[in-house]
Amino acid sequence: MTLLSAPPRTTPAAAGGPAPLAPAARLLPALAAVYRAQLARARVARIPLLFVATFQSLGILVMMRGVVDSGQTSAAQYVVAGSSVLVVAFVALNLLAQYFGRLRASGGLDHYATLPVPAASVVLGAAAAFASFTLPGALVTAAAGAVMFGLPLGQLWVLLAVVPLAGAALAGLGAACGLLAPRQEIATMLGQLGMSAALLLGVLPVDHLPQPVLWLRDLLPSTYGVEAFARTFRPDPDWAAVVADLGVCAGVGVVSLAVATWAYRRATRR
Amino acid sequence: MSESAGRAPQDTAPCCAVRDLVRTYRAGRGGAAETVRANDGISLTVRQGEIFGLLGPNGAGKSTLVRQLTGLLRPDSGSIEILGHDVVRHPERAARLLGYLGQESTALDELTVALAAETTGRLRGLTRTGARAATDAVITELGLEPLAHRPLAKLSGGQRRLACFAATLVGDRPLLVLDEPTTGMDPVARRAVWSAVERRRAERSTTVLLVTHNVIEAETVLDRVAVIDEGRVIACDTPGGLKALVDGDVRLDLVWRDEAPLGVPAVAALAERAERTGRRWTVRTTPEQARELVSAVTTGPAFAALDDFTLATPSLEDAYLKLGGRHGGLAK
Repeated sequence: MTLLSAPPRTTPAAAGGPAPLAPAARLLPALAAVYRAQLARARVARIPLLFVATFQSLGILVMMRGVVDSGQTSAAQYVVAGSSVLVVAFVALNLLAQYFGRLRASGGLDHYATLPVPAASVVLGAAAAFASFTLPGALVTAAAGAVMFGLPLGQLWVLLAVVPLAGAALAGLGAACGLLAPRQEIATMLGQLGMSAALLLGVLPVDHLPQPVLWLRDLLPSTYGVEAFARTFRPDPDWAAVVADLGVCAGVGVVSLAVATWAYRRATRR
Repeated sequence: MSESAGRAPQDTAPCCAVRDLVRTYRAGRGGAAETVRANDGISLTVRQGEIFGLLGPNGAGKSTLVRQLTGLLRPDSGSIEILGHDVVRHPERAARLLGYLGQESTALDELTVALAAETTGRLRGLTRTGARAATDAVITELGLEPLAHRPLAKLSGGQRRLACFAATLVGDRPLLVLDEPTTGMDPVARRAVWSAVERRRAERSTTVLLVTHNVIEAETVLDRVAVIDEGRVIACDTPGGLKALVDGDVRLDLVWRDEAPLGVPAVAALAERAERTGRRWTVRTTPEQARELVSAVTTGPAFAALDDFTLATPSLEDAYLKLGGRHGGLAK
């Protein structure tokens, strides 16, 4: 204990001038660390919810099979594409909004806010992780749907583009809702509402929807993911339109993730 | 003993200088809302290598002060300088100067202890190998090996607190800000925390700012303590210096088996000035009076009614009450 009575005085401030700052975490390594931690969280907490997301979509497929005939109809294409993208909406929009809402309400954001980590690393890392949780569920749903509705299975690879891009758009929206909502309950409600909108406007065949609802549908980013995926079931897909739809997803993703990053900064500095 | 052992010398440079800090918030809604001054002109200086405590009851403004030091809250007015950096103007620098242990663990709850510490190290700017090595070292140092691969959410409150403390230590910082670090911990974990703190101070001259309302801990580990009440520093000294304020007095605690024997004149007289908590009466008085009281209650009918009594020298809590702390004691 006598050792402790005379701490070494080698700190630079004693020599005059401010102490050197420790290095800040850089964008990509920090993003990778957040992503990896979020994937590990999935093992603990998210797996039951991923099953729920997939079962919900499979249930909707079964239910819609009762009203929509099997075969190459636009109705069948929208049901399968809509159910697949719904998995993404459930996790990336709804669960991410709830996650950030809870983190903000409980003071958990303080942990990140007192580390020298770029805001974008936290938001993009979490968004990327939540979006990638959805890939297996979306593939399972699409495969099951294609079989049930007699659609080709060859184009399922398109999901490898649809899930990340629709995921980026929906996760950005979810993160922004969670971080901007004044209360945790409102974050939860916004996430649920967004998912319900993605369900109703994505799965129901467009031919039967009234015009105002179609306008609303055009405003929802998940719609463009559904459109892109639905187009690929057709015998001679219009690939230019697929790319255009995915471009909309990407654009919305960039904007919504930028808004979410701004919302994170706002939530952590008061 | 504890006041002199390990105390930072008076002449070390300031690590953290706070001047006239004011932070208000609005409580209530609409017309009924009123402005509460959570920090009402706080000034204090923490020297390098010092273990400095903020002591005060719940709601005294300790956490508000700490949140401003860590850049989480912006003060309404006043200045904060940490190791020569203006943290009010550059709140983002705080994260590169200090390690902060807050009261919440929700950000880490679903991670394993090892991954929580490693990720925190990565976000503190360490390389992957650096973070992993630092994590292993800290986990060994704190005796967390048996829990390293269990998620924080599955641990007891004290174990979770220790895991969060481990995360705070990964990635060295010259200043550690710890908000009630040992809440819920068993004695083994507490000792691990204080050993780790002492080691960093001895080896790297680490400064520690500690929020606590645990008087015993404050007396044993702190070099100096600022007593905070209703947003103001009402005293700032060594624990020994604060206790010297009440040096003449002793504290007598009497616990009655059932009803106090008010028929005994000495007890009846005491009834008016004792602080009563259920069957426990506490009185602060001079040693002479205490001796008389002890002899009065350890004979005859009073002794028959007495369950237990203690006579003690003053504690920091007594000093706090003497200073005019308005919350009837620190521990709630």
